Amino acid sequence: MSNRIYLYPVWIRIWHIINAILFLVLIFTGIALRFAGQENAVSLIRFDQAVAWHNVAAIILTASYVIFVIGNAISRNGRYYRIKKENFWTELIAQFKFYAFGMFRKEKHPFPVNEERKFNPLQKISYVLAMYAGMPVLIITGFGLLFPEILIQQFFGISGLLITDVLHFSIGFILSVFLIVHVYTCTLGQKPGTLFKSMMNGYHEEHD
Amino acid sequence: MKIALTSLIVALISVISLTDKHAPVLQEPQDEYQVEKGRENNIFAEDNENCLVCHGEEYYQLSDTAQDKSERRIMPSNYYVDRDEYYQSNHWSFGCLDCHPYDFEKFPHPTSARLEEPFHCNDCHGFDEQYAHYHFDEITEEYNESVHDDIEGFSCWKCHDPHSYEITIRTSENLEETILYDNNICLECHANYDKFQLLSSRDEIRIVSSHDWLPNQAAHFKSVRCIECHTEISDSLLVAHKLRPADKAVKRCTECHTSNSRLLATLYKFQSKKIRNDAGFVNGVILNQSYVIGANRNPAINMLSFIIFGGVVLVIIFHIFMRLIKK
Repeated sequence: MSNRIYLYPVWIRIWHIINAILFLVLIFTGIALRFAGQENAVSLIRFDQAVAWHNVAAIILTASYVIFVIGNAISRNGRYYRIKKENFWTELIAQFKFYAFGMFRKEKHPFPVNEERKFNPLQKISYVLAMYAGMPVLIITGFGLLFPEILIQQFFGISGLLITDVLHFSIGFILSVFLIVHVYTCTLGQKPGTLFKSMMNGYHEEHD
Repeated sequence: MKIALTSLIVALISVISLTDKHAPVLQEPQDEYQVEKGRENNIFAEDNENCLVCHGEEYYQLSDTAQDKSERRIMPSNYYVDRDEYYQSNHWSFGCLDCHPYDFEKFPHPTSARLEEPFHCNDCHGFDEQYAHYHFDEITEEYNESVHDDIEGFSCWKCHDPHSYEITIRTSENLEETILYDNNICLECHANYDKFQLLSSRDEIRIVSSHDWLPNQAAHFKSVRCIECHTEISDSLLVAHKLRPADKAVKRCTECHTSNSRLLATLYKFQSKKIRNDAGFVNGVILNQSYVIGANRNPAINMLSFIIFGGVVLVIIFHIFMRLIKK
């Protein structure tokens, strides 16, 4: 017996797959740019091609991000990202404990998915940080690197471009790590493939 | 203290030079950037005015006193010397007759003086211990192998106008200005077909379209000098002089966009040497003063990111392992 909840509307699923593909392109080309010409490294893409792909993917990602923000603002999906102050840390620790120990002891999920709660507290905070803090910084610094003439030349004696680059790389790296953790946590459903299936058909399935 | 010393040096030079009016004021290379430039510090400035009264003006007055006739004429641009540029140039402290024959004092200038072979760089700078560290002999060797050497009528002066050239890369505090100054030397002919065709019968070079392949062209033109890609790297020279044919120019992005960037041996050579000596950090200059994609690698950030990445992967592997054994 299973409960099916329709949690992932079509627009979210389309946005999600586009976002995922673009992110992979950006990580791959970003690494190629960052470590270009490294001795003993096998270069899978030419530098100029990596620049072109990175720029195009970044511009599409920006457009897709704008759609995501607007979509969340005008649809019901936005409410899943709202963080409440009360019990914030307690819930976060409870969820962490579940991932670290509880799930191995076959304990019940402390925050089961329902129509009002798509994300557990740990997912919620990481998604909010990734999408509403990391992404804007990544996009703004990316545009700074694309149009270096708009940047402050020197900031306390350090190149403005360099500061922008360090920020862009650092946030890009953090979001890449987030992506890996995100993909892994998606295998923590009822079966390893359950949550991936949900992202395809839109339905979250709970088995009794 | 520095100003007092500088004044003392200038005063000493003045006294010595007064004993031999036409002795060139050669400074010790180490003093080169310490003596304040300018017309007021040139002891020949007054004498130079005898020449600059005509050659320092865009128009000059040609007079025939016997017939009481005079005419205002345009000074040809190659005979014109801008006073402001001259007194800020490398040769700012010289009198005109240090380099030009004394017969030029006579007017009209005698044909013999006008046909006299002018000095070349090495007549003063070559084979001189005082200037050995500038490697003028090697510069000549590189120039002789450069594409410019094949052009009839070309000489050092075409790029390094002795009346205005000012060395910038050694003293630069603003790299962008240095890049602009140096690129303008190239563009004076390569972006001005009127001038270009005086020396070459080649078709006009269209800089923008011939560099169409270069991504973010404007940023490149602003951030690097033409010679970064168009010369062969020289180990001993601060500025390479062996200009290669266009088809041999650097076109592979990763020659610059890498941690072992070509720019460390070209544009940033002087600064990187200095910083390497001071701090022992190879690409410090690129890290702190500019930004080159692929070349700016902060080892600390790289190491930290590898540690974080490795840590996350290990945690995931451990989690998978736990899931498998607790299944």
